[in-house]
Amino acid sequence: MPLLADLFLQFALLFCVAFGGATALLPEMQRLVVEERHWLDQATFIHLYAIAQAAPGPNGLVVTLIGWEVAGLAGALVATLAMSLPMSVVIFLLFRHWERFRGQRWRQALQLGVAPLAVGLVFSSAALIGSGAGLGWGGWLIAAATVAGNLRAGCHPLWFIAAGAVAGVAGLV
Amino acid sequence: MATDTAPQPGLKALFLGFSAVGLSGFGGVLPFARRMLVDQRGWLSAEEFNSLLGLCQFLPGPNVINLSVVVGARYRGVAGSSAAVLGLLAGPLVIVLALAALYDRFGEWPAIQGMLRGIAAAGCGLLFATAWRMAAGVEEKPYLLPFAVIAFAAIAILRWPLPATMLGLLVLSAGVAYWRLQDAAAG
Repeated sequence: MPLLADLFLQFALLFCVAFGGATALLPEMQRLVVEERHWLDQATFIHLYAIAQAAPGPNGLVVTLIGWEVAGLAGALVATLAMSLPMSVVIFLLFRHWERFRGQRWRQALQLGVAPLAVGLVFSSAALIGSGAGLGWGGWLIAAATVAGNLRAGCHPLWFIAAGAVAGVAGLV
Repeated sequence: MATDTAPQPGLKALFLGFSAVGLSGFGGVLPFARRMLVDQRGWLSAEEFNSLLGLCQFLPGPNVINLSVVVGARYRGVAGSSAAVLGLLAGPLVIVLALAALYDRFGEWPAIQGMLRGIAAAGCGLLFATAWRMAAGVEEKPYLLPFAVIAFAAIAILRWPLPATMLGLLVLSAGVAYWRLQDAAAG
């Protein structure tokens, strides 16, 4: 299959089951891009995640970066389209009916049932990034401080990203 | 839903409004989307925002993109959705591509590699914190949180393929939720 078509189909399929949003997809993207297709190596995959994390915009833009590294500008655009188009069409057709089902038990059951799956996926993503980044003790310290600071003090995420970047440049991670 | 006094944003306003959201959203765009839609422009009431967000978070896909589709569609149909999504993505897209070009050029430098590793470390912490907060919001915890553990084991440890795993687990977890709701309704 041509590379761009493969890229589009694989990402489009993934985003159709992205319960919990794009961040929930990191393990599956890593498997696809690094282990199955060998489009990128592990270190580059983690680097692209970090770049997307440091840039403004939706988290899903990590797929734009993956597309760029795999197939240049065309790859970036195709990957972005694959991320945004399929579910956009579904939600466009669906949202007017959503309110009508408000009291329905199956709607409530679906909504309740999706939540724990999204939790499991985002934990998986955290584990993947932590284990794949090759962190030293300084890196784990930053990760732990970020968890504590974000949950307890509610500090803005950008502070932790900046602190991580500075510590990284200083060679402490 | 919309009243006579409600604003009627055109395509340009939708594009620009969501551009501002996309460009200001570091580490998560949703809070900025809420501020723009509810507080600044009044395109949605707080209740409408919560209800639509529930739908957008429940459906798979990038939540904020889903939200911009809905808001755009509400005011200007297909063209409105396109304008909102393009607005949300265009600016950040240019920025990440510029960063990607820099990375291709300087990514080998030890300082850059260290910087990205440091950001990944913070990102890992943010993901844990997000997951923790999401877990705290799950209802019927004794019955439903085990599915979070199963999903983690299946995806992170066993590395089962995501699409089939998620659909299978969704049938089970929604089934359990349905049973709990039925139980609660029966008193």
